[in-house]
Amino acid sequence: MNAQIAMLLAQRFLLGLLLIVLVSILIFAGTQILPGDVAQSILGQSATPEALANLREQLGLNAPVHERYLSWLSGVLQGDLGNSLTNGRDIAESIGARLGNTLFLAFWAALISVPLAIVLGLVSVLYRGRWPDRLISAVTLASISIPEFMMSYILMFYVAVQLGWAPSVAMIDDRMSLLQKLHAIALPVAVLVMVVLAHMMRMTRAALLNVMQSAYIETAELKGLNRFKIIWRHAFPNSIAPIVNVVMLNMAYLIVGVVVVEVVFVYPGMGQYLVDHVAKRDVPVVQACGIIFAGVYILLNMLADIVSILANPRLRQPK
Amino acid sequence: MTRIPLPALIGLAVTGAYFLAALFAPLLAPYGLSEVVGDVWEPSSAEHLLGTDNIGRDLLSRLIYGGRTTIFVASAATILSFFTGSVLGLFAAVVGGWVDQLLSRFVDLIMAIPTLIFALVVLSVMPVTLPVLIVVMGLLDSTRVFRLSRAVAADLAVMDFVEAARLRGEGRGWIIFREILPNALSPLVAEMGMRFIFMVLFVSTLSFLGLGIQPPEADWGGIVKENKDGIVYGISAALLPAVAIATLAIAVNLVADWILDRTTSLKGGRNG
Repeated sequence: MNAQIAMLLAQRFLLGLLLIVLVSILIFAGTQILPGDVAQSILGQSATPEALANLREQLGLNAPVHERYLSWLSGVLQGDLGNSLTNGRDIAESIGARLGNTLFLAFWAALISVPLAIVLGLVSVLYRGRWPDRLISAVTLASISIPEFMMSYILMFYVAVQLGWAPSVAMIDDRMSLLQKLHAIALPVAVLVMVVLAHMMRMTRAALLNVMQSAYIETAELKGLNRFKIIWRHAFPNSIAPIVNVVMLNMAYLIVGVVVVEVVFVYPGMGQYLVDHVAKRDVPVVQACGIIFAGVYILLNMLADIVSILANPRLRQPK
Repeated sequence: MTRIPLPALIGLAVTGAYFLAALFAPLLAPYGLSEVVGDVWEPSSAEHLLGTDNIGRDLLSRLIYGGRTTIFVASAATILSFFTGSVLGLFAAVVGGWVDQLLSRFVDLIMAIPTLIFALVVLSVMPVTLPVLIVVMGLLDSTRVFRLSRAVAADLAVMDFVEAARLRGEGRGWIIFREILPNALSPLVAEMGMRFIFMVLFVSTLSFLGLGIQPPEADWGGIVKENKDGIVYGISAALLPAVAIATLAIAVNLVADWILDRTTSLKGGRNG
């Protein structure tokens, strides 16, 4: 049995690796093969032919595509992401600190939203159809309908500007203490929590309700157990797998939500770096950021699969 | 046909109003799209019901024209996404074999990259114009439609009436469009509402990041971007498009929920 699980996990792991390689090809292809010459789009329509030829040479655009891809990939594997076109700086260096900042933001958002989502999910199943459930459903519907940047400005307007409780710009640096940092990122964290909370809570509720329809829950009800005990002792353990899965998927979503929130709050993270350089058409930076975002996303999805394989014995049997 | 429940009715009315406003924008808007008619960030008055924006244009007119752009782009992208996704999805389910494998694995691959990130990567080399935006958004999103329609059609493809059509010697086109599509339509229509909302949010986000609709054209995300600096002075102009997007999104959600409810109860599914 254990050997079988190990096999499955190894398979899933290899699949994840393969996916990352294919994604790197796709991202590379997306920026290199698409109509529209990179050199042309950097210099604009009015560029002289000489300038274009020079830039193509500098970017190595004259080599065949697969050679360029391989040299890029071998660079990436050695931690060399190339240099930015716009300011010539080493990309890996610029990303280093920013990646840390982004993970810091995402970590605190996850730490708050996950327990909150599970508790709210439990509450809304416990009070199913009554006002706490309806209230939670209505609020989540509303928060799904508002894009992240809107939510950010609403919070900024009321909490930061009118009440003055938190700064409207989330600048952090290494000299700040943890508490100062947390105060600085209070609003972006709040936005991210709201964004993922709704979805996670809905799915937790759905997963629990699904389990609640099983025969053994009916048995527990007929035995006369109270509702809390039924949900906590009988339904919850059986819905852990889908819930963990949802949590992981939302963590992956968080990684993307971070892009917009960072731009709004001028937070020195990966997202802002990416968006800035898309506007400047700085292709090497965009490629590097794209592969890192996609890599983290694939990693989290892989973890979600692995957790569900471990938590749900039924998935271990081949169909 | 049973009575339409109240939330769905409200949803239909609000959605309809937005589409009408988008259609008749030039008649409804009191001023032109980029006409400077007053001071910077005037408060609301009789002449400018919602005040003016960051360079003195009438905010209400901007919002109406912006809604037109947003709704148009989102609709076009949704239609493209549905057309591509459902045709390929139905095709994959009916044909099966290596075609299905190839298409499905390719879709898995694209979905392994977060949509926004992929869009940003592509937009870093493509010129940001309306058609490019619509195509990029529509094609990226069609992966989701593909998955749904393939799953629905794979269930239908093994049903007796499809088998009967096969034995009658009907061609693939007939089986896809006359046997499977009519039965797969209701879940697809409900999904369409959700995809449309996603597109509205997506194009707003791109414009907000400065990578979507380019000024002086207006759209809801762009209006937020233009007026965001007012926030720190306590000027709420940037929040108005939020109200527009949120009400539209909630309205469409209500309609989609109702359609989904109806189809599951028609199938005798356990709901409620």
